[in-house]
Formats: sequence, structure tokens, C-alpha cells
Amino acid sequence: MLFSKSHRVLPGFGLSLGFTLTYLALIVLVPLSSVFIKTSGMDFARFVEVVTSPRVVASYKLTFGASLLAALINSVFGLILAWALVRYTFPGRKLIDALVDLPFALPTAVAGISLTALYAPNGWLGQFLEPLGIKIAFGPAGVLVALIFIGLPFVVRTVQPVLEDLDVEYEEAAASLGASRFQTLSRVTIPALFPALLTGFSLAFARAVGEYGSVIFIAGNLPMVSEITPLLIITRLEEFDYQGATAIASVMLIFSFVLLLIVNWLQGWTSKRSGKGE
Amino acid sequence: MADQALAHDRRQASLSKFERHFATRDGALVRGLVIATGVSFFLLFIVLPLIAVFVEAFRRGAGVYFAAIMDADALSAMRLTLLAAAIAVPLNLVFGLAASWAIAKFEFRGKSLLLTLIDLPFSVSPVVAGLIYVLVFGAQGWFGTWLIDHDIKIIFAVPGIVLATIFVTFPFVARELIPLMQAQGRDEEEAAITLGASGLQTFWRVTLPNVKWALLYGVSLCNARAMGEFGAVSVVSGHIRGETNTMPLHVEILYNEYQFAAAFAVASLLAMLALVTLAIKTYIEWRASRQLSPETT
Amino acid sequence: MSIAVHNIHKSFGAIKVLNGVSLDFPKGELVALLGPSGCGKTTLLRIIAGLERADEGQIILSGTDASDKDVRERHVGFVFQHYALFRHMTVFENIAFGLRVRPQSQRPSEREISGRVLKLLDLVQLGWIKNRYPAQLSGGQRQRIALARALAVEPQVLLLDEPFGALDAKVRKELRRWLRRLHDELHISSIFVTHDQEEALEVADRVVLMNRGTIEQVGSPRQIYREPSTAFAYSFLGSVNEFRGKIEAHGVRVGTDLLPHVTTGFRAGDDVLGYARPYDIEINPGDANAAGVAAKVNRILEAGVMARVELVANGPYRPAKLDYFEAELTAADLADLKLTVGQPVRITTRRLQLYSGVDRSVEV
Repeated sequence: MLFSKSHRVLPGFGLSLGFTLTYLALIVLVPLSSVFIKTSGMDFARFVEVVTSPRVVASYKLTFGASLLAALINSVFGLILAWALVRYTFPGRKLIDALVDLPFALPTAVAGISLTALYAPNGWLGQFLEPLGIKIAFGPAGVLVALIFIGLPFVVRTVQPVLEDLDVEYEEAAASLGASRFQTLSRVTIPALFPALLTGFSLAFARAVGEYGSVIFIAGNLPMVSEITPLLIITRLEEFDYQGATAIASVMLIFSFVLLLIVNWLQGWTSKRSGKGE
Repeated sequence: MADQALAHDRRQASLSKFERHFATRDGALVRGLVIATGVSFFLLFIVLPLIAVFVEAFRRGAGVYFAAIMDADALSAMRLTLLAAAIAVPLNLVFGLAASWAIAKFEFRGKSLLLTLIDLPFSVSPVVAGLIYVLVFGAQGWFGTWLIDHDIKIIFAVPGIVLATIFVTFPFVARELIPLMQAQGRDEEEAAITLGASGLQTFWRVTLPNVKWALLYGVSLCNARAMGEFGAVSVVSGHIRGETNTMPLHVEILYNEYQFAAAFAVASLLAMLALVTLAIKTYIEWRASRQLSPETT
Repeated sequence: MSIAVHNIHKSFGAIKVLNGVSLDFPKGELVALLGPSGCGKTTLLRIIAGLERADEGQIILSGTDASDKDVRERHVGFVFQHYALFRHMTVFENIAFGLRVRPQSQRPSEREISGRVLKLLDLVQLGWIKNRYPAQLSGGQRQRIALARALAVEPQVLLLDEPFGALDAKVRKELRRWLRRLHDELHISSIFVTHDQEEALEVADRVVLMNRGTIEQVGSPRQIYREPSTAFAYSFLGSVNEFRGKIEAHGVRVGTDLLPHVTTGFRAGDDVLGYARPYDIEINPGDANAAGVAAKVNRILEAGVMARVELVANGPYRPAKLDYFEAELTAADLADLKLTVGQPVRITTRRLQLYSGVDRSVEV
């Protein structure tokens, strides 16, 4: 079926699909499979030992914990920012709207050194926080700050179009049925935004878990305290422990795939239920 | 009187649809609070870091700034970054066009799986993206011995950097094109074919003009990421100064050597690249919104 | 509940949408607000509902001034043009919404809510889809659910904005009859907005014809159709042939031709606008010097019970907009006339409605 030529008017199907699949296989699929092939050559007990060693587990906790927290913070503030951008007019709105994508376009290393300059104990903001006993750079809080930076556009950009498309009529209908403004927002508007919010949250979370460049400058990278999992992979590589690096990478990959499936399913579920069908 | 009405009119037109209607208008207090919260968060987490890059870059004066970016190692890092992007972006552009043509213009089984697989590099940590090429081409990798025997260096050399860059920027062009081309359907292409156009003519004169703005944005984003990629490139580069250092890696080295002003100087070039990318995006969106509503003056 | 509006003015920026509208809607009637798009009918409906504020004027609900009352306090049922069903709620939850958002003290128990929702679903004959989501319904089903949702809060007045606008022709006809029946069963005051004259004339007890922010005519469907009081009303309610000219002793001078007509009520030399429906047009073949406006047969359409003849002006006079006249006659009459395409004829009118003032432009 895949290559059957049942009355195709447009040409180039075989060529374009053939190229797509070949390129995909060569650049992405075959190299990615090396992780699992390498891991499968590993003794299972050794694999478990590597991926559950205290230092690795500590890195999971930090990576996943900080990513989760950053995604949550971004969901709240991203929604507020998207709301302001869509619903209100105020000076500077268009500039902010254009700059929301900055974390997509700014190299992570640049973000990393810049955030460090801000939050280091003698930095722009750090010098005021230090006397208050708040330490951000060179600790877990620094990781959180970097992950908030890179995750914000995911939430804003998934919520914003849905919010824009929301008809004024929905809220008018709720009001005409006697709902207060608060009831209208909590029962009609926010639930309508929820699937988009959840998708934005998952995307920000997935991106944060794999993030490396912006984090390593500000994290301090203390084993057991502020060392993220991707950094641990690099550390293992530098020790020429390829097996160890690969084992940890396979855990991360599996997690990413599961999250990707969840996001896909979420989007399918949303479009089915609130479908714009007909 | 007429002036007043006109001013009122303009004020109305600049309001969002939610502000114009009674039932969706928020009170001044709520509005103020929401704007203040959102904007403060944005200034703190997005704008301030951007400003910091430029301020820190010029902290030791313009002399240090220009010395840093004219330094031989910096120039060679720029050359390598440009080279990697010059290879990765066109390849991913061709891939994006081929994939979106196949996916948007034809029906076949396994399409949604293919779409998921194209997005895969987005969800892989850049560090893992670098690692996989080490596992394939590294000294201990699948082709390691063969490559050493034939004296071909991929890992800790330029080809590895290019490969890693291609991987991390793989979906960008395809991602921009596929939804747009799916939405446009194939009516126009079929019309062109019935009018006697060849496949290539159809693609060149009908399909491409229809997607050119999305294509431009996809390419500019792909380019920004290609030039700025850090994690994946860091794994395969080997950090050999003047040879396998890209700009982001050069920033890291300078920073770790406590040459902060120089690090920020090179970083500021990358930040400007990001701003140009966003400017292109904003321009494209502005054009698109004008095309959609031609009657608004 | 009786509704009255007094001297309502409303502008959006420089555009005046309503210009001193006053109306009384007696209790229990089904009233249509009819007019071309942009005539202000939807704005008037939204002002009655409290979704917009008037710049000037009062809304009187059941004898008390409700002009400053919030939409939440007006207890009107509003059915939106595109239904505005909450997408993330099932049909059941959509209908229950208005009851669930009541303050605790007035909120019915879960059992009462359920009972009332099921009763409403019976009323709209859709009990079997209560667990579906709006996206899974057809247009006509959504329409009825939107109506059930509006009725759940037991409003004393039902306001419907273009209730059949988004439906295809067949479903529209069905729902029209159904809405009429429902209104009669519920003993409720209803106002609906439409731009479709057939719909207004068929469904409503009373029709309010609006144009450019003012009321042209109020009356029963029969009055509106048979006795249009203004040139706009005449031309809006069906196809017309237009004759512009000056009053003379025995008729209207149209271009160089004389259209015979009784001209009582006008003085010689008055500018007038004359309207005649297609079935009031008479075609006189033969004598080129007979009375009537010169025309030429352009097309003969014989399909259907009534035949239609399209005629182009053959003299200096040109009717506005369309360049031709339209006559409607029985197939038998057509056969008697033995018309051929291109034949010069004279046309006269059986009935001609005259309005004074030619410069008043009429937009339909």
C-alpha cells in the first residue's frame, strides 16, 4: 500500500517520501538506536547499578524536580502573560509579543552566562539577594531559574492562539445564564484553555529535562547537589565510561519518548473532543 | 466633533475584541494586576538577561570588545560556526521540502508515525544527540576501527560538529512547512497539473510561492539554532582551539578562563543573531496579518 | 414579561448604529426584528439582553427601568448565532450550567437540576444525546441544545440572534416550525433577529422592520407584506420593479413614456418613486404608440407554475441597480401573448405603489 500509485495526479511521491525516510533513518533513527543497542549489550545488573547509583539518582531528582517546578511556574506566569498579551492593550505589548520567542532563538550558552552574571553572589541581582540569605546561582535554585528562562515561550505560544480564538460569545453566554465573572473564568474560560495549558506544560517540561547549555554555567555542578543528568552523561564520557554514559542516556531517552507520546495523545484527545469538526 | 469621533474610533479599533465587549471586559484593578504580573515576570526572566549580555560585553570598553571578536581564535570559531550552519541548513531545508511535499500532498499509511519521528530530535537532550554520534563514529564506536584504519576523523573533528548540528536542527524547516501545506491542500497543484504544468514547474511556481514566508521563518530559526547549538556540539567537538571550536564553545572557554568581557562580547554576536531572527519572524507575521485583512486601513 | 425600549441611541465610534429607537413588545408575543445587515437589529437585541449598553435611552423590563442592570440580573435567555455551547462540557452540563452557577441559597439540589435538565432535553426532543460533547452534534442539534440551555434558567423572555442563520435550508425550515410551536407551548415573550424576510413573515406574530438604525414599520406579517408603509419596506419584502418619474395628470412620466396611474394625493410635477411587484406588471405587445414604458423582451423563463419574463428598458429610462424589469404571469397568459425574445413591448402596472421624493436612495 505504502508505495502503490493509485491514480496520483501530483508527481514526486516516491522521490520525496524516499528521500525523507532515508534522511530520517541516517541522521536520526540509526544513530539513536545505537544507544539502545549499546545498552542491550550491557549486563542487566550492571545497568541497574549504573542508573540507580546515588549520584545518578540525585541528578534525576534535581533534573526532574527542577523541570517540573519550572514548568509549573511557567504555566502560571505564562498564562498570565498570554492573557495580558491577548486581552489587553498596553504600551510595549507588541515588543513583548515579539520577544517572547527569545529563548527559542538565543543560544543556550549565552543565556547561561548571562543568567549567571545576574544571579551570581556579586551579580546584578545576586548582590541584593546575597545579604538576604538567598542564594540562586551555583545551586539548585540556579538550575530552576535557567529552566524557567528556556521554558516560558512553550507555554505562552501554546496558550496564546487558543486564547485568541476563544469567542467573546462563550463568556457572554455564561453571563447571560447568570454566572459571575469569577464563575465564568473558572468554569468556562480556564477549562477551555486547559488542554493547551497542559500541552504547553508538557513541552516546557520535556525541554527542561534535556536542557544542558543554559544550566551548567549557573548550576555550580556540585555532585549530589546541583549536578543535572545531561552533565553526568558528559562527565562519564570524559572518564571514557561509554557504557555508563549510554545507560544514563537510555533512561533519559525512554523518558523523552514516553513524554512525547503523552503530548501527542493529549493533542489528539483535545482536537477530538473540542474538535472544530463541521 | 468629527475629530473627537475619529479619535474615539481609533481607540476602539486598537482595543482587543475582549475589551470591546461588555461581558469579557475585566475591571481596571484585575487588568492592572495581570499586566503588572505578566510584564514583571517577562522583564525579569527574558529581558534582563538579554540586556545583561550587551552591558557585560562592553563592561571593559569598546577596545576589549573589538579585540575579543577580532581575536584569531574567535574568528576561526566564527568560520566553523558559519561552515556548520552552511551545511546543516541547506540539507535540512531540502529535507523539509521533501517531507512536507510527501506528507501534505499525499495520503499514505503511517503518516502520523512519520510526523512523530520527524519531531523526535526536539525531545532528545542535546547531550544525548552528541553522544549517539560518538557511539557510531567514535574510537570505540561501530565504525571506530574502520575509520581509524582509513585515517578518517569524524568525532572531535568538523564532520562530527556538522552531524550534531544537523541532528538538533533537523525538524525546524519541516515543522514550519507541514501544517501550512496541509492546510493549503492540493487543489492549486492539481489545477496547475491540469493546465499542463510539469511537476517541477508546479512545485516552483505554485507550491513554493505559497509557503515562502513560512519557509523563510523555518530557515531563519534553523539557522539560529545551528549557529547557537551548544550541548550536542560540545560532546563531539573535543574543544580544540582554533580547530574544532564553534562560537558557543568559544564563549564557554573564555568564560571558564574568567575572560568575562570577551566571553560576553562573542555572546553578544550570537544574541544579535537571535534578535535578527525574531525581527524576521515579526516581519513575516505582520505581513501575514496584513494579507489576511486587506480592508483594514 | 413585557419589554419596552425608549429612544435608544447607540454608536460604535463614528458609526451611529441605533438612532432613537422606541418599541413595545407585548407579553407573550413572538416578535421578529427584521432588516438588512448593519441595520442595528442585533445591537438592539444585545442592548435588551444587557450585553451592550445604550448611549442614551431606557430599557423597561416588566415595567421597571433595567437600563443599568447587569446582564446577569436581567434574567433573559439569550441564544447566540453560533450557539456558544461550552465545548468542554457535555450537553447535560451545558444545560445545567445556569443552575449550577446560582448562589448556594438559590441553587436547586443535584436531583432537581438533573430532573429539570432531562425535562428540557425532552422538550427539545434530544434526550438521547445528553452525554455527548457539542463537537459531536449536528448544527440543528446544537441549535436546540443552545435553546434548552437558555430556557433552563426559566427566563421570562427569550432573545434569539439569527437563530437559523448557520443552518442549511432544509433544517432551517423544520426548526422554524418547531420554534413557533415551542413558543406557543411556553407562554414566553420571544424576540428574534433575522435578515430573512420569509423567515420573519412565517414565524413571527409581529415584525419590526429596521433600516439604518431606525424603525421603518411595525406590524403583523400580513400588514408588513400587504401594506408596506415606506419605499424601503416595499423593496425589502420582495422583488420589485422600480419606476422613477414626475407626476402628471393621468399618470407618472417615466423618462419620455407615460405610465398610466391614478395620482391622487400628489401634485403635478412631484418627484415620485413607484414600485410594482412582478405579478402586477402587464405586458402589452403590438402598438408602439400605446401607453406604458418601452421595453424589450430579454429572456423568457417558463419553468414552474408561474412563468417569468425579463425585459430590458427600450427607452431613455433606466431602472436603478438592475437594468431590467421582471414580470410574473401564468403559463396560459404567457401563451396568449406569444412573446419572442427581442420583441419591443410596452409595460404597464396593475398596482403601483407611489412614494414621494426620488432622491431618497433605497438600499436593499
